[in-house]
Amino acid sequence: MQTIDLEAQGLRALNATLQAQKDASNQTAWEIVNARGSHAIAVGLDAPIEVTVNGSTGYYCAGMNKQATVHVKGSAGPGLAENMMSGTVIVEGDASQYAGATGRGGLLVIKGNASSRCGISMKGIDIVVHGNIGHMSAFMAQSGNLVVCGDAGDALGDSLYEARLFVRGSVKSLGADCEEKEMRPEHLEILTDLLERSGSDAKPEEFRRYGSARQLYNFDVDNAAAY
Amino acid sequence: MCGIVGLFLKDKSLEPELGRLLTDMLVTMTDRGPDSAGIAIYGSEDDAQTKLTVQSDDADADFATLGDDLGRVIDAPVTLRRKDTHAVLSLSADKAGQARQALRELRPGVRVMSLGETMEIYKEVGLPKDVAARFDVSGMQGSHGIGHTRMATESAVTTMGAHPFSTGSDQCLVHNGSLSNHNSWRRKLTREGVHVETMNDTEVGAAYLTWKMQNGSSLGEALESSLEDLDGFFTFVVGTKDGFGVVRDPIACKPAVMAETDQYVAFGSEYRALVNLPGIDAARVWEPEPATVYFWNH
Repeated sequence: MQTIDLEAQGLRALNATLQAQKDASNQTAWEIVNARGSHAIAVGLDAPIEVTVNGSTGYYCAGMNKQATVHVKGSAGPGLAENMMSGTVIVEGDASQYAGATGRGGLLVIKGNASSRCGISMKGIDIVVHGNIGHMSAFMAQSGNLVVCGDAGDALGDSLYEARLFVRGSVKSLGADCEEKEMRPEHLEILTDLLERSGSDAKPEEFRRYGSARQLYNFDVDNAAAY
Repeated sequence: MCGIVGLFLKDKSLEPELGRLLTDMLVTMTDRGPDSAGIAIYGSEDDAQTKLTVQSDDADADFATLGDDLGRVIDAPVTLRRKDTHAVLSLSADKAGQARQALRELRPGVRVMSLGETMEIYKEVGLPKDVAARFDVSGMQGSHGIGHTRMATESAVTTMGAHPFSTGSDQCLVHNGSLSNHNSWRRKLTREGVHVETMNDTEVGAAYLTWKMQNGSSLGEALESSLEDLDGFFTFVVGTKDGFGVVRDPIACKPAVMAETDQYVAFGSEYRALVNLPGIDAARVWEPEPATVYFWNH
């Protein structure tokens, strides 16, 4: 285990060190101490390494992640794991707004609550939130899966494309063109796998599925007068 | 952008530490707001005395004999305690209105920052660490305080454009965000007889709350109605003589983190503003919900 003291070594040195790890690196386990809510911790990683952040992080933790596993022991500030390509990001506490935004792949697990705009414009990432999510989550989400073991806030899945949304608790309101959909066996299979991989003991059959009603895909000539 | 910090103490033994803790929080928020900074601090109360905190760009000339001059006009003792460009005038509570009027004639260049039994507001242009040092904020004691670091978007970088804004006796407001309907509210409030001094959006927000409370609303009710009437982005933190409140607009894109322990309730625009508080590792830390009014009272 390599330990980096963020306060002593500074953010640029921390990220440069982690970004320099290659596929064949022998140094696969890293621990970051004195995170103290700093911004942009462990961003742009591209190697199968495991990074543990002891404490809470500020803006943009684990952004643009590829291959790496980043484990935050505290809570994360806004913009967690933005545009993730692959790998895993796990947060033990809560995550602030727009967690997992624009993510293209990989798995993001938030063991507490996520606030507003979780998974906004997601493009293939899988996000599992053990608690609740805030308003406008999965806005314009294109593909991937968002699993919420608690409740969802207002306007879930507004202007949704083809992402799958699974919510166990209540949904305060659905956004434009988002509707409840039938839970078929293939969806239960996806859900079972994601719950298992994210360490949740929630039962797949307790969830409801939401998706796009596909009414906003094409221009409807009857609406011409509105423009 | 802007940064907000707030600390409301439940444990009296921390009161001598309030200024030091708030200064640390404020300086940490420098990169959210490096152009000006300010602080409202709720300190000790003197029997039947009101504190008028004033500011002058020509403090040496304006403050030299101000206490005596004002005392003569209102025919009551006035003590003056100077802190850099600010001074706290202590006088009998029933003379406060008279003193404000007299001040306008005696020293036209002097601006009133705040009025109250315990609250003092200090704010200036400059880096938060420099502003805090000028007023020796770290040496201040009190039960609660609110600080602000400003990155101006809606109006000029001036002392009067800095936060906190006074909304009434012992009441203040700080704001992160921008109000988009402040011009129409400024006109409306002017018609209602509420004076708004600057082109700053937050001052209109403060005047709005003052106007609501003059018309019978409690602070909580005024904050609730601000969610309907004020358009734009805002995280507001308000202070009262014995309380501390937080409200965010329904979109809630301006960040906010809160922490609570047996000793205090703390607010920060970011978690890193809170990391040096005692016992923070064991605190309950959460993000305040949108369109929800939070309040703590002593």
